[in-house]
Formats: sequence, structure tokens, C-alpha cells
Amino acid sequence: MKRSHRINWRGYLFLAPATIYLTVFSVVPILLAGYMSLHRWHLLKPDRPYIGLDNYKALFANPFFINAIRNSFVYVLASVPLGVITALAVALLVVRPLRGVGVFRTLFYVPAVCSQVAMAMVWIWILMPEQGLINYAVGLMNEALAGLGLAHLGSIPTSTNFLNEPGWAMAALVVMSLWIGLGPRMIIFVAGLQSIPQQLYEAASLDGCTGRRRFWHITLPQLAPTTLFVTVTTTIAAFQLFTPVYMMTKGGPQRTTDVVLYHIYKEAWQKFELGMASAQSYVLLAMIVVIAAIQLWVLRRGLTTEEAR
Amino acid sequence: MIEATRRRNRYSANLLTYAVLVAIALMTVLPFVWMFFTSLHERNAQLPTMGNLFTPEGWHFENYLYVLTFGELPVWRFAVNSVIVTAGVVVFQLVLCSLAAYGFARLRFPGRDLIFLAFLLTMMVPAQVLIVPLFALVHNLRWLDSYWGLIIPYPYLSTAFGTFLLRQFFLTVPRSLDDAARLDGCGDAGILWHVILPSSKPALATVGAFAFIWTWTDFYWPLLASSSTTMRTLEVGLSVFSDAYGGTRWPLQMSAAVIVLVPALLFFLIMQRFFVRGIARTGLKG
Repeated sequence: MKRSHRINWRGYLFLAPATIYLTVFSVVPILLAGYMSLHRWHLLKPDRPYIGLDNYKALFANPFFINAIRNSFVYVLASVPLGVITALAVALLVVRPLRGVGVFRTLFYVPAVCSQVAMAMVWIWILMPEQGLINYAVGLMNEALAGLGLAHLGSIPTSTNFLNEPGWAMAALVVMSLWIGLGPRMIIFVAGLQSIPQQLYEAASLDGCTGRRRFWHITLPQLAPTTLFVTVTTTIAAFQLFTPVYMMTKGGPQRTTDVVLYHIYKEAWQKFELGMASAQSYVLLAMIVVIAAIQLWVLRRGLTTEEAR
Repeated sequence: MIEATRRRNRYSANLLTYAVLVAIALMTVLPFVWMFFTSLHERNAQLPTMGNLFTPEGWHFENYLYVLTFGELPVWRFAVNSVIVTAGVVVFQLVLCSLAAYGFARLRFPGRDLIFLAFLLTMMVPAQVLIVPLFALVHNLRWLDSYWGLIIPYPYLSTAFGTFLLRQFFLTVPRSLDDAARLDGCGDAGILWHVILPSSKPALATVGAFAFIWTWTDFYWPLLASSSTTMRTLEVGLSVFSDAYGGTRWPLQMSAAVIVLVPALLFFLIMQRFFVRGIARTGLKG
């Protein structure tokens, strides 16, 4: 029919609601954040003088904000590689044509659709001293060792308060992120694995390429776009860590889990410095964009050299 | 001989796979099991350990009733708010996205592809970065602490994601159906309503399913957009609940947590294929 080739001005009518919506609630806020970041903008004070780049100068001179950036990087550098590798490993297991494997896929996804607040409450219990799951398991292990007559090896303390020890609190948040984020990342990998052409494996086995070498020479290179996608989205999400920190550590102990978004939250809604918080949001946005761009560049380069080989 | 060895190898490999999967499954399930059984202990009881978790002194199902009605916080009200906000967001998003997706998939007009690109670009901006200016905006609209503020500016929900997914699906609906409807006197709105939407139920379910879970479990925005106790959603109410008891009365805290979890879990189990489809199609995280 010719009709579909004519210009249909009603198209704008169909796009209008969503376009206006996105403009008002996505584009305007981005610009507004930039505007606010150039002003001393206190939520409760009516005068909001223009101060140029003073907020940016102040935040880079603020050791607590620098500390928050460092904490975010520690969290990202630990949770993203571990998260991607465990998800790939589990995906390789649940992609095998075994009976009942679908049940496992569904099950592993469950924590991701659950209330983050409820998950944080459960993890507070898991990490508690003495009664918590981990310390309880350690206690059982101690008893087992003693029962085997190995008590002289000493026992591991069961009083570790993981969320209150500067070394452990961040590690605990990383482990929790693996537990919560496994499902969605795994499902993306499963979809990636299923789209690898079977002929590649058949051709490889004719060439005598099997087992581990198959994984390194076929699966991994073929999976590169999926890995890239999972890595970038996981990184962006990891920079936005908030709920577990809010619920479990409040940035402590000794500011070791005070990540950027939580720092922004305190700046905006405890000190009401919305201008400063906007400047910090822009820094966070810039960090995310730069890191994502570097990842795209590095991983894509890795992908093309792999193909050239 | 070789065939027998190979079969034995494969058998033991399968066994190993199952062993690892069962171990991970236990790690996934155990916290939920603990949550449920803790919620049934006497409401002022000590925090149960793994030792007495399954053997409380009596099963206290009335904890749920207590939390819902007689508790210090109106959990039933939080639940009503969550239902209103979630339903509002799902309907609002489905309407916006289907209209835009129809425009992108079926109509030709100048600048269409450019606008589509702009839509996709808004997906790249992390929602959390928008929170501060969005708060200022909603504050100026006098929408704070109202359903308007909780539903309309929903920052986590990417309208662009829904539009993209629906557009891809609309493109697969045969155009001959449009033409038949046009001969019957349907306009564009009629074609969308009578032809495209009925044939796109799986795609609509996928967009709706993600909107539901994102809204139901969102914490940051409703935490800021609501201030009075009666406007809290379940997710925010749950955090207030845990603060109110300051790490004590775990059975009640866990009853509240179960009340928050069950609707989302049931919804996920019923709709799971749509989640998997959405992720596989767009590679989007849940």
C-alpha cells in the first residue's frame, strides 16, 4: 500500500506524550542539575547566589568526598569482576541440557526481584556476631574440629561483627552484591551462550579442539559482546550502590563504606546543600561515563584482536 | 570400552554440575527460609539461631495480623500505597510507551529516527544522578508527599526502554492487518487499539512486568518523595519499621519483610517467562 510511504503528521501526536514526559523528567533535570551546581542552593534558604565553579573546587578539596570516590572505586573494582565471572560460571552450568535446570535459573533470579530493604535486613542477620549465619557456621566448624581431636589447632573467633569492622564491611557489601545480582547477569549470559552457532563447536571438534580449549577459543570470543554488555551495565549499577549502605552500614565503620551516592544523599538531605549535591552528582555522572567509555574501548579492542588471530 | 568411559565421564560431570547448582540454590534459599521461620517465633522472643529456628515455642502466625493492623506503623496503609503507586506507574508507562512505539514503528514523518535516537540516549543517564534536580522540580510542582509525586516523575523507570521494546515488537506485527483495519474505517488510534495492542500482549506483559518489579522494590525515590507516614510505600515503610525496632523484635520485622516480599515473588513466578524474554531481547538488567 502506498499509504505508508506518505508523511503522516499525526506521528508527532503519538510521540508527544512520551517526548514531553522525557523532556520534563529526564532532560530538564539533567540541565537543572548543572544550573544548581553553579549556585549555593540550600533547600530551605530563599536566596541562591551564583558562585561559579566554587562547588566543584570545594568538593575536590573535601577529603570526605575524595574518600567516597575511593570507596566507590574499591566497591566497583571488587564487585564487577567477581560478579561477571561468577555469573558466567553459573551460566555455563545452567545452559547445559540437564533435567530441572530451568528451576535453578528461576531460583537464582529470585533475590534480584526482591525488596532490597528486606534483603538488607536478612544480610544484617547473616553478618551478625555470634547468632549470625556465618559466625554460627564458624562455631559449628570449631566444634567439629574439637570433635576430631584437633582443638589444639585453635578455634576461629565467632564474635566478628562484619558490618562493624573496617576491613570486613566493604567485603560484606561485595559478597551481598554477588548474591543479589547473580540472576539477571546469568540470564544475559545464558542468552549469549545459546546464540553461539553450534557449527563452530562441530568444526572445532573435527580439528581436535575440545574441552578447555573450546572454551578459550570459541565460547569466550563469541561471547565478547555479551561480556561487554554485562560488564558495562554491572559497573553503572555498582556506582549507584545505595540501599544496602543506607540500611546496613550508614557509610561506616570509619567511613569505609561511604560511597559516592550515599555521600550525595547525606549532602542533599541531611545538610540540605542541593547545589553541592548537584555538583557531586555531575562528578558521579562524569565518572560513570568515562569508565563505561574506557570499558567499551578496551573490551572492543580485545574483541577485534581476538578475531584477527 | 571408550564409549562406556565417555558415558561414565559425562555422568560424573553431570553429577558435579548438580552438586554445584544445589549448593548455590541452598545459599539462595536459606535466607528466605530463615526469614519465614523467624517471622513465626513469639514476637518478643530472642533472635532465633539456626539451632532453634525450626523449633519455636509455638507457631505465631498472628504476628502477621499484628504487623498489618495493630503494629505501631500502619503496614496495611503502606500496602495500599504500594498497590496504588505500582498500578499507576504500570498503566502510565504502558500508555506512554505504546503511543510512542506506534509512532516510531508505523508512521513516517520528518525527524522520526532522530527523536528515536534521543529516546535511546535518555536510557544512558543513570536515574540516581537525576534525583536531586528531580526533587527540586517536584518540590516546585507541590507534588511532594502525594501520589502525583510518587507516580508521575518515576525516575527509575525508563520510558525509553519500554518504547524501544514495544517498537521492536510492533514492527513484527504484519502490516496487512493494518490495511484490513483501515479498509474497515479505522484511523491510527483504532489500528493501535484494535490491531496492534491485541497482537502484542507478550511485549506489553514484559514492559508491565519490569515496571511492576522496579516500582514495587524501589527505595530511593519514594524515600524522598514521601514524608508523612501515611504516604510511605511498603519498601520505605519496611526500612522505617526496622529502624523503629532498632534491631530488636526480629519476628515482627521478618513478618513485615515477608508481607513485602510475597506479592513480588508471586508476581515474578507467574510472569517469569516475560522477564527472561525481556532480558534476552534487550539485554537489560532486572
